[in-house]
Order: sequence, then structure tokens, then C-alpha cells
Amino acid sequence: MIEFEGVRKTYPDGTTAVDGIDLTIPAREITVLVGSSGCGKTTLLRMVNRMIDPTAGTVSIDGEDVGSLDPVRLRRRIGYVMQNGGLLPHRSVLDNITTVLRLNRVPRAQARARGLELMDTVSLDRGLASRYPAQLSGGQQQRVGVARGLASDPNILLMDEPFGAVDPIVRAELQRELLRVHRELAKTIVFVTHDIDEAFLLGDRVVILRTGGVIAQQGTPAEILAHPADDFVAGFIGADSGQRRLRVVERDGARIVVDRHDRPVGLLDADTPAHSDRR
Amino acid sequence: MSVFLEGIAWLFSPDRLSGPNPLPERLAEHLGYTLLALVIAAVIAVPLGYLIGHTGRGRDLAVGLSGAARALPSLGLLFVLTLLVGIGDAPVAATIVFVVLGIPPILAGAYAGFESVDRRVVDAARSVGMTPLQVALRVEAPLGLPLLIAGVRSAALQIVSTAVLAAYVNLGGLGIYLQRGIQLRSYDEMIGGAIVVVLLAFAIDGFFALLQRLCTPAGVRVAGGAAQTTRGRRHRRPATPRGAAQ
Ligand SMILES: Nc1ncnc2c1ncn2[C@@H]1O[C@H](COP(=O)(O)OP(=O)(O)OP(=O)(O)O)[C@@H](O)[C@H]1O
Ligand SMILES: [Mg+2]
Repeated sequence: MIEFEGVRKTYPDGTTAVDGIDLTIPAREITVLVGSSGCGKTTLLRMVNRMIDPTAGTVSIDGEDVGSLDPVRLRRRIGYVMQNGGLLPHRSVLDNITTVLRLNRVPRAQARARGLELMDTVSLDRGLASRYPAQLSGGQQQRVGVARGLASDPNILLMDEPFGAVDPIVRAELQRELLRVHRELAKTIVFVTHDIDEAFLLGDRVVILRTGGVIAQQGTPAEILAHPADDFVAGFIGADSGQRRLRVVERDGARIVVDRHDRPVGLLDADTPAHSDRR
Repeated sequence: MSVFLEGIAWLFSPDRLSGPNPLPERLAEHLGYTLLALVIAAVIAVPLGYLIGHTGRGRDLAVGLSGAARALPSLGLLFVLTLLVGIGDAPVAATIVFVVLGIPPILAGAYAGFESVDRRVVDAARSVGMTPLQVALRVEAPLGLPLLIAGVRSAALQIVSTAVLAAYVNLGGLGIYLQRGIQLRSYDEMIGGAIVVVLLAFAIDGFFALLQRLCTPAGVRVAGGAAQTTRGRRHRRPATPRGAAQ
């Protein structure tokens, strides 16, 4: 469990990126921080592994104030997938994945074996192990980033727009894989995105941030969809424009789900009873 | 033209091995001064440059001092220092002059190398839990190595060409031929000596050019599109096909 209490961050130039955030991130769930560019998502995320120290307030993990922990040790036990991958250009894919293991003094052979396993986990061909980051596609690089984040088997995984640089098809694939990995490994995942659809797809809980670094609303996707806290949230999730309103129409003997412009978006599955489980 | 030919003739004369100033000996002296000064300059300038590059502090001071050092007239400095330390310790004075000459380019290469490393890469290294020292030695140093070598290369060229001054304080080296050539008006000797100095400089330059290529990390070389191979040098390609875990 990660807790933010009265957390504020003002950068030396006077920008207040995060302003008095109280937030509890439950263990073993995916919590998505979502908001438009510059609203403080990255700042908030990086305070968990002390890449940034808060100006005021405390961040704690399982009741322990991270401010009292050694940053280097803390970072070695938290997985962090950076915005833009953040791979080391002079190290091979496998070396990048095993960096944290090697820092934690896991013997080389053992680290290599684990690294190759992780490549399977994120569906990267093992044949790519000896390549360098520059020789990979954007999507492959992001998979390497995810594998590296998972390498030391951390309880907490911080992911900062990890699927930002890929096309929609690869993105959908990576999202599915993340859900699969989460089902298998049940990590506490804090996931940052500015895409509300991605937030609703992945998040057990979604935290919507507003410019200036304050929380506009938090809850499950269903809660937020059902009761947007205010106009800002309604606008952000597209509820006010009717984007989220779907209807069922009968066409050619099938029941088709259409959006507000009567454009078909799917087929109503008559044989399956409605269920609340999203997965 | 004929003077040039005479110089070449002088170079290949048997006297070069047996005479009072055997070429191999003077060449070895010259290389010795160059190497010694280069090593001392590197030992001083590399850690200092890394510190400046890693912390981003002291850069202006370094630039200022480097500029001043470059502006010093080497011959004048050599005479002053020799007078200061006494003629018996002329090798010390000469070495100091060459070291002073070699420090600025190496310092600049070292910090420029560190500064050239993408801040996001440094940030990534920190975020996986590298200590500042590990970031410096495992990330900034290897990625900045080509620029450091470029600095050492220009320092080496500076020193090797300035080392002819050693002869003016009776320390030999290849400069002795130039000095004698001027004094005795034996132009063949002067030209011959100059040719050796130039060839030596070319050789050193070529050596460092090669070293610079070899020291560019493979992952960076392939990013520049220069590599034909997709395989790293340190890892064999694993034999296992796509994993069974799917
Ligand atoms: N080092 C810094 N110094 C000064 N201001 C900063 C710094 N880092 C971020 N900021 C500012 O703080 C605010 C929040 O930045 P942050 O990177 O947390 O946003 P974000 O929500 O992650 O945005 P994005 O979606 O574009 O990544 C922005 O206004 C940004 O300009
Ligand atoms: Mg960000």
C-alpha cells in the first residue's frame, strides 16, 4: 500500500506541480493516474521511488516513510518503467533487463536466465537479447522497459506512460499483456497515462488529476462513469458530450450497439448474461 | 625541392644509426617525453573533467584556466621554469610545460564526454538504483569515452609537436636535429628531423583515430547506422527459440 499525505511539490522555479495530494494506493491492484499533460502525474509517480522529494507532506510504503529510506536501496526494490523507455544505449537488451539484478549482486548466470524468462513474460523474442536498444522498434523498447521493471520481482511497479510511443494496435496488445502479467504476478501497479480510455481499461482504480496537481476524482471506472464529480471530470471522460452514451438498435436481425451518431461500435452479445467483472 | 631530397637522404644515411645523435635514441626520448606528459596530464585532467561533467560545477573556471594555459608561450615558460628549478632539473621543467599543454584538451574531452550523455539516460540509470559513482563509471564514462579519446588525441598532438623544445634545454629528443640544423645551417638535418616529427604526429593521430573508433560503445555505433551486424560483441546469441512460457 502506498500513501500520499498532504503531498506538495514546488520546483525551484516556482512551479507547483503537485498541490496537497492525499491518496491511498491499495496493494496488488492497478491504480491509474490520469490527467492532461503537465498536471503532475510524473512528479507524483517519481516521489514514490524518491527520484523527486516532496516539498511538503509524506509518501509512505506499507506505513514506512520513504523519506527515511536510502534512495538507492529503495529504487532497487521498486520497478520503474519510464516515459520514453529510458534504456541504457550502450548495453544489450539482456543487460538492460538484468541491470537491477546485477546491482543487487545476483550472480551473472542466474541474472541472465531470469532476464531471458522475463523476455518471454513480455513476449519479446529471445533472439533479441544481444541487440542494442537502438536496434529495436519503439514497442520492443517499451517491452524491454517493462521487463526491466519486473526484473527484481518488485512488489511495486511504477509505469509512466509506458505505451505512449507505439501505434494503437501494438498499444492494445501491450495493454492486454499488462493485464495478463498483473493477473499472474499481482503487483501493486501505479500506471500513468493521459488517455482516459486506457485508464478505464487498465485501472482497478482511477485517479483523475487536474492542472495544478490536485485530484479531481478517484474511484473505480464504473463509479467515475456513473457519477462524474463535476463538469471537469465529465468533460475529461467525455460524458458531457455524450461520447460515452451507447444505445442498442435492431438491424438485420442483430442487436447492434451504436454511439450517439448512430455509428455501430459493437454487437450486443445476447447469449451472455450481463456481468460486472470487467476481465 | 633538392633540400627536401637532401633531407630524405639524410634520413636514410647509415650515420643515423651510428652517429653522435642516433635517430632511434632521439625518437625514443621524444616519445618518452610525450608519453610521460600525456599520462600525467590524463591522471590530473580525467578525474577533474569527470567531476566537472558529473556535477556540472566548475565548468566556467575550467574553461577560463584552459584558455589561459593554451595562451602561454611554451618556449618562454620552458626557459622560466628551467631557470626556476635549475638547469640540472630541466627534465622536470620540460615535463611540466608539456603537461600544462596537455591538460586543457583532455579536461575538455572528459567533461564534454559526460555532458554529451543524454540526461534521460542518466536519469534512467539513477532510477534503477545506481549510486552516483556507478552512474559516473558505468554510464557516463563509457558513453563519453569517444569524446575523451578525442581530447587525449589533440593533447598528444600538441605535446608531440611541442616536445621539440626539449632540445633547447639540452634534453635531446627529435628537436635536436632542428636546433642543430638551424645553428649549423645543415638544412638536410633540419628537414630530415622535421620529416620525422611530422611522420610521428601522423602515426599518433592515426593511432588515436583507431582507438576512438574502438572505444565507441557498440550500442552507440549501431545507433549511428555504422554497423552491419545486429549482434552484440559481449553476448552470444542464445540458442533457445521463443520461450515456451506463452
Ligand atoms: N524539473 C522541473 N522544474 C520545473 N518545473 C517542472 C519540472 N518538472 C516538471 N515541471 C513542471 O511541473 C508540472 C508537472 O510536470 P509533470 O512532468 O509531473 O507532468 P505530467 O503530468 O507528467 O505531464 P506529461 O503528461 O506531459 O508527462 C509541469 O507544469 C511541468 O512544467
Ligand atoms: Mg509525465
